[in-house]
Amino acid sequence: MIRISGPSSAAALRRLAGPLPDVRKASVRQLRDARGNWLDEALVLWFAGPRSATGEDCAEIHCHGGRAVVRAIERALEQDCGLRRAEAGEFTRRAFLNRRMDLLEAEALGDMLAAETELQRAVLASAARGAASGEVSRWREAILSASAAVEQELDFSDDDEEGVAPPSVWRNAIGDVVGEIGAWLAVPSADRLRDGLRIVLAGPPNSGKSSLFNALLSEAAAIVSPIAGTTRDAIERPVAIEGVPFVLVDTAGLRSEGAEEIEAIGIARAEAELARADLVLWLGPEGDGPAGAIEVGSMIDLPDAARKAPPALQVSALSGEGLAALMAALAEYGRERLPRPGQVAISRRQRELLGQAQVALQAAGQEPDPLLAGEALRQARHAMDAMLGTVATEDMLDTLFGRFCIGK
Amino acid sequence: MQHYPIIVIGGGHAGVEAACVAARMGVQVALVTMDAGKIGAMSCNPAIGGLGKGHLVREVDAFDGVLGTAADAGAIHYRMLNRSKGSAVWGPRVQADRRLFGAAVRRVVADEPTLDVIEGEVAGLRIEGGRVRGVALADDTVLACEAAILCTGTFLGGVLFRGEERFEGGRIGEGGAAVLAAQLREAALPLSRLKTGTPPRLDGRTIDWARLAEQASDQEQWTMSPLTGRRANPQTFCAITRTNAQCHEIIRANLTRSPLYSGAIDARGPRYCPSIEDKIDRFGDRDGHQIFLEPEGLDTPLVYPNGISTSLPVDVQERFLQAIDGLERVRIAEPGYAVEYDHVDPRSLDRWLQMRSLGGLYCAGQINGTTGYEEAAAQGLVAGLHAAALVLERDPPALDRANSYMAVMVDDLTLHGVSEPYRMLTARAEYRLRLRANNASTRLTPLAIGVGCVSDRRQKWFERREKARSDVTAALNVEMSPSQMRRLGFAATDDTGKQVLSDWSRFPGIDLPELVRAGLVPRETHPGLHDEIGEDLHYAPYVARQDAELRELRANERFALAEDFPFGEVPGLSNEMIERLAAARPDSLAQASRVPGITPAAMAALLVFARKFEGRDAA
Repeated sequence: MIRISGPSSAAALRRLAGPLPDVRKASVRQLRDARGNWLDEALVLWFAGPRSATGEDCAEIHCHGGRAVVRAIERALEQDCGLRRAEAGEFTRRAFLNRRMDLLEAEALGDMLAAETELQRAVLASAARGAASGEVSRWREAILSASAAVEQELDFSDDDEEGVAPPSVWRNAIGDVVGEIGAWLAVPSADRLRDGLRIVLAGPPNSGKSSLFNALLSEAAAIVSPIAGTTRDAIERPVAIEGVPFVLVDTAGLRSEGAEEIEAIGIARAEAELARADLVLWLGPEGDGPAGAIEVGSMIDLPDAARKAPPALQVSALSGEGLAALMAALAEYGRERLPRPGQVAISRRQRELLGQAQVALQAAGQEPDPLLAGEALRQARHAMDAMLGTVATEDMLDTLFGRFCIGK
Repeated sequence: MQHYPIIVIGGGHAGVEAACVAARMGVQVALVTMDAGKIGAMSCNPAIGGLGKGHLVREVDAFDGVLGTAADAGAIHYRMLNRSKGSAVWGPRVQADRRLFGAAVRRVVADEPTLDVIEGEVAGLRIEGGRVRGVALADDTVLACEAAILCTGTFLGGVLFRGEERFEGGRIGEGGAAVLAAQLREAALPLSRLKTGTPPRLDGRTIDWARLAEQASDQEQWTMSPLTGRRANPQTFCAITRTNAQCHEIIRANLTRSPLYSGAIDARGPRYCPSIEDKIDRFGDRDGHQIFLEPEGLDTPLVYPNGISTSLPVDVQERFLQAIDGLERVRIAEPGYAVEYDHVDPRSLDRWLQMRSLGGLYCAGQINGTTGYEEAAAQGLVAGLHAAALVLERDPPALDRANSYMAVMVDDLTLHGVSEPYRMLTARAEYRLRLRANNASTRLTPLAIGVGCVSDRRQKWFERREKARSDVTAALNVEMSPSQMRRLGFAATDDTGKQVLSDWSRFPGIDLPELVRAGLVPRETHPGLHDEIGEDLHYAPYVARQDAELRELRANERFALAEDFPFGEVPGLSNEMIERLAAARPDSLAQASRVPGITPAAMAALLVFARKFEGRDAA
């Protein structure tokens, strides 16, 4: 369920689901994004503030469970309606501020929040200063040091004879932090680790996806039939290969035309699945798959099957030929993506904040005006603070006064 | 017994602004000072404004305060610091003739009809029922009051150090307010000590000016206060010289004779304004440090050598000075010294600088651990505004970190306390892109008018300026097509489409002055107005990105934490966090979020408990 709160709730709901339903009355709507793409059929509810969960105008969208669908709707809300994801605890806070939330309810939410600070504890606990905390501390220091260089330029350099500092001064201080954060962001998030890497089997109808899916699972979970288009929905199963957690996802055949209405839904979901996959196994014609997909030649037991060129893997779900090699390749892929010892898996919220810090640092490194570089660095500090706890401006000034001889 | 609703103790920059703002609001005020002739004295360098400080001057001026116009009345040298950088960090600064500046301040004080100056030493406060009720003078006079504002600077327990010499007092030649200090200690106000220093004053007639680089006054005719109109005095120049290896050698050889190094002073001095001893000891690799030679006035030969505050013995001061270019034959008029003094821990004050434990007692200025005339003046204004608003039963103006440096300073002081003399820096203002020295009137004069501390003259000036602004803004909202722009001689391509002039102004070659020349935007009627509007446009995208942050700030600002909020009882907070919160005593959720080390989870825990605590209070 997606909950929307705030003054733009009504506009957002109208945009996605058409005219507002009656207050507090569930009604079934077709959700479409701004380009008219169909997203889902969902139950929507409308609550006018202050009689709502947060005390503000609220809307609820009860969509179909698949996360891909949820993601697609979220994207539409962000891009088409100008909404943003709530901060951790923000609904609670708003409910509180508007005196709408029961205390017990709020305290239960506190547990969830506590989990968010796992990284912070890892970083700040002096007892366990591993490689990971060292790295984050270094980032924080690099940001403080870049800020100090900028602030020295802004607050103290007018009387300094050494002239205006070039942007390289703060760019050097930022150093490779942008790249290092990037490496962290490439590590699957904590949720991903818990749930497994998503391996999506994709290809046109009758390319052998479901057979391979079943062979991999050694269980018959998807409906297999010679008639094109019988797998109507994405089917997913968690599985471990050589101890690496995966979620295998079978998709409806990807066809661009001739699909019936209900299948079109399945195809939409398949496309969404492709978008959130960690890895796609492409069973269709060589070179037609999505970028980054691994080519798999399937049904090699059939005499007229098209052989794909190496390094593509060749498998037969029927005979089992090539299956072991495929599984070994998947396991190796998975191990590469898993955090190495000392690396920390980060939650989605932390990922967002690190992403913000990364963008801000990038901007700061390219900004020739120290004032605007200072603003970008402040945003980077703000994002780090939101993740790790507040650092007072005083810390930055300490860095500044420690490094420069300043003042009259 | 004579009664004044508000009594201000001390006639420095804080005291003057506190007394005058209350008087401008029509409240009867007594300004008690030991020497009425010294009201508005500049006890350290003869400069007003600077980086961060210039913002404070303009903000005080936006409330119709004294500092800005007095600075203009005394100004003999104008310099816009940081002019090569973004306008948000420009720092207007003047060198002021001490005599002219002080006279201008005393004129304003004398002209306030509801302000009485009373000469005398304060012997103590009258405290009844946990509130300040009056002030007793040394000659046994007692003045009754509802609020007293302490603006005593370094006069509380001040000790001067120079080499092996020691003197009691705040400034050379004046006695300290020892009795008052003793009483404040008795009342268990949290006091601690800080130190600051001042350089020797030089006789300008013994300086070889011809050998030194000159720094002339700015050609651009800006003034500190927009109401000044034009510059009043002939403009002089500053000169620049620097220390050298020989000078450093002399200082290094005598470090043990400095009270800073002999252990006589252990209070912390300002890191951003280190003594020359400190500079040489801590940054020994530098081969020289700049010195600005600032004239103290038009009719005095005194020169203030900015950059070499020291407490070395007089003979050492003389020797190291004479090792410097241009100062070979210099004569010291008044040697430099260090001052160690008491200050009140500002964490014991609320956000209007009122003592939490003693109603009606305000502290403003250096007594709160700050340094600088501008910091003092702004605090005086804040305290005076609030005391007068209470007397008049008006709401005080809504100042916060997003609308003023004043609020940034008071928030920093009352939340974090001080470990060194606090000086304003633009780095302290996280929303500095919107807090520019040149938009102080726009930001604050409406609040000043609202609380009633602004003269008719300024109000009319401001209304005319706002009218001019709305004319310019309306002109900038007119849509123009690329072909229309081309017809007016601008380079414009069709792919841009039709857009408003404010958007066009971001294109190369189409700035505000160009639009004025093309007759699309009205000519400037108020100096600086077009620059301000142009900068608003320039910074708009960055400022917009802060909006979400500000929404959160203001929501959390409204969520008050009670005075007796038991941080120790909040489940889930670490002991360290409890200690920090208990020391800082945040009065709102927003303040709590600024306490170092506070995490989002801790904020959530605070919020939950705060609501519960509120309920308990009501029960």
